Amino acid sequence: MTTITDPPQGSFRLSMLLSDTRYRSLTLQAIAAICLALAIWYLGNNVAKNLAKLGLNIDFGFLGVPAGYDINQRLIEYTSQSTNLRAAFVGILNTLLVAFLACTLATIFGVLAGVLRLSNNWIVSKLMAVYVELFRNIPVLIWIVIIFTIMTAVLPGPRAFRGDEATASMLFDAFAFTNRGIYLPAPVWGAGSMVVVVTFLLSIVGVIGYRRYATKLLYDTGRMLPTFLPSLAIFFLPTILMFFIMGMPIGLEYPELKGFNFKGGIKIGGPLIAIWFALSIYTGAFIAENVRAGIQAVSKGQTEAAAALGLRSGRIMSLVVLPQALRVIIPPLISNYLNITKNSSLAILVGYADVTATLGGITLNQTGRAIECVLLLMLFYLVISLSISAVINVYNNAIKLKER
Amino acid sequence: MSDQTNNSVAFVRTEEVPSMPPPYTASGPVKWARDNLFSTPANSVLTIVALYVIYMILSGTMPWVLNGIWDSPSLSACREILDGKSGACFAVLTERWNQLLFGFKYPVDLYWRPTIAFVLFFFAAAPVLFFDLPRKLLIFTGLYPFIAFWLIWGGEIGTPITALIGVAVGYLVYSRLVASNFALGFFSGIAAAFVVWLVVGAVLPTGMIEEGSMRSVPSRDLGGFMLNMMLGVTCVSLSVPIGIALALGRQSDMPLIKYICVVFIEFIRGVPLITLLFVASVMLAYFFPPEATVDLFLRVVIMITLFSAAYIAEVVRGGLAALPKGQYEAADSLGLDYAQSMRLIILPQALKISIPGIVNVAVGLFKDTTLVSVISMFDLVGMIRGPILASTDWNGVYWELFGFAALLFFVVCYGISQYSQWLERRLATDHR
Repeated sequence: MTTITDPPQGSFRLSMLLSDTRYRSLTLQAIAAICLALAIWYLGNNVAKNLAKLGLNIDFGFLGVPAGYDINQRLIEYTSQSTNLRAAFVGILNTLLVAFLACTLATIFGVLAGVLRLSNNWIVSKLMAVYVELFRNIPVLIWIVIIFTIMTAVLPGPRAFRGDEATASMLFDAFAFTNRGIYLPAPVWGAGSMVVVVTFLLSIVGVIGYRRYATKLLYDTGRMLPTFLPSLAIFFLPTILMFFIMGMPIGLEYPELKGFNFKGGIKIGGPLIAIWFALSIYTGAFIAENVRAGIQAVSKGQTEAAAALGLRSGRIMSLVVLPQALRVIIPPLISNYLNITKNSSLAILVGYADVTATLGGITLNQTGRAIECVLLLMLFYLVISLSISAVINVYNNAIKLKER
Repeated sequence: MSDQTNNSVAFVRTEEVPSMPPPYTASGPVKWARDNLFSTPANSVLTIVALYVIYMILSGTMPWVLNGIWDSPSLSACREILDGKSGACFAVLTERWNQLLFGFKYPVDLYWRPTIAFVLFFFAAAPVLFFDLPRKLLIFTGLYPFIAFWLIWGGEIGTPITALIGVAVGYLVYSRLVASNFALGFFSGIAAAFVVWLVVGAVLPTGMIEEGSMRSVPSRDLGGFMLNMMLGVTCVSLSVPIGIALALGRQSDMPLIKYICVVFIEFIRGVPLITLLFVASVMLAYFFPPEATVDLFLRVVIMITLFSAAYIAEVVRGGLAALPKGQYEAADSLGLDYAQSMRLIILPQALKISIPGIVNVAVGLFKDTTLVSVISMFDLVGMIRGPILASTDWNGVYWELFGFAALLFFVVCYGISQYSQWLERRLATDHR
């Protein structure tokens, strides 16, 4: 019955470009290529015409010109005489700073809320459900504005800390919450503080080494060493000892009210806090859902099997449930980090000098180089997100179930 | 035997004793509280902490809400009425209600037009959202964009009618030809629509239908929550078909088409929406012919649509990938061509899988419409931060306004996500 027909060997006709599957895809792609080229030509032509009409050209020379504006939140040296390029770098570093801070805090919020939502305590799990629904369903922009308003309009000004009948006071005499930002004690590094820091780093290495040794001993001989208390001791004791031996070289500089403002200590500006906290608490709600889904994705049989083997509940969590849950949790977690980085561009709304505010805001408005600025801005975010997706891909390949 | 029993035992109960109620600690609210709130010491601590948190939140907000003043001309007047007590000045909501909903430039005497459009929206959306309604209602859904356009922007009735005739003719041509060939029907439909627009546009001189004209409102006068709703609805409905097309393009085995789609999707997903809005506000004008003036609303709609189309494309791609390969092969073995197999076999199943994802994108998009306040469009958040908080009457009323905005968005977004869960249950046809 079955006959395999060879493709007809007849001569090529023009209609075969559409009707013959061998040629059709080539035809369609040729049409697509022509359309694409036409579209690019049309848009490029329009841009050229518009630029010519306005007497503009595409030129990145403005990056080398002094920016002429100040940035009060900066991680590297910057003055208003620095170039626009340097302003953009200050912005990039600020974006990365707030993204890093918010990722850390959002993970903490998310993991806490996700785990507590699965708690068998009714009231706690309902409370966490309310948190998740409330924060997921209200735009992050509104959260940023709300927290920024708390920072600027509700917190007292430094003036309120003055005099005998001060209406505000510092927390533990060390933390001041003012409408100009939060002041924290700053560490002062005296002579010999490097020794303490090095000791601290060495003790971290020591903890890791000890845990490895304990695992190896367990696998080789089956003898179990206590890990928690010794790790704690290795972590803290040498550093504390060294701290006192060196004569307490690391001190704290407390913020003090001098004149009309606080001096000393570390100041975290209100805009940074607003964007940091808003992004964390908003994205934390999404992460909580990922964490919950990840833990629920581990089938109950796994827990029961581990219990049947006689594992304690802590070990069931760390050896059986978590490794499997992390496989589900981590990819969406990383894409949430990506969302934080992209959403940090909303910092422009509260005047935090991230890259959108410097390069895409003030520099753009001062130089009028709209096309160049927006293109550079997109390039920056594109590089960030492509590298993060590369990380996701590497991770996904590494944890892929190895089926044999 | 029985005699012996009778003699040796003084009393034998012959009827059953009614069972005792369980001890009060093993049933009812006490047992529930023991199981769910105080099962372990750690749990008890958590419960107490949670109760304390709830108490703090309620004791902080309830007096403020309950003491709220709903009627007062300005913040200072409201503070006078409150006389130092803690209380909200909800009067700002009642006084600026229209501004919050329609923006501050929309003509006051024309508020009824967007209101009618808003009410009609529910009738238009209902047959799309609920499948049990008669399918005939979809005709109204098809008419709705033209009605809404005419109601909100006003102007001559000729414009929406021309557009409508074009679309109707295009659809008729498409439905005639689609049976023989999808591509033929699709492209002839589009061509027919364009021909009709050109012809009718040339035949119908401007200002001919006088009686059908309404006062026209320029786009820059739109604002308030209306702007959020309009952007959200327009962009979601436009981006779903584009997203499906992009997802199919990404699955295509034609390398050129595939890479165009991949580059587009990855590019859009890699940049924040706010940079795309910058493109809309400062850059997009360069891409249009010098003589054309495209207003900001349309430019923003274009950029947001492209943005959400890329995300929807990824969701749909997930749905396409989740289908077993047998479905594709079955469609091929039936002799269906690409368009038929996609329309009849693949997409109905893939879209069903993608519904939760698409709804997530829609909710995210609706929340992201607030970003237009950054490029100085006066949507709900823009209205609050701009004209209302800057006015001398209401400078300093933060929580009432932000709370109102948050409440509006919460109601809409939570409603949509509940609908999506209902739909998922409704569409679950697999055996459980």
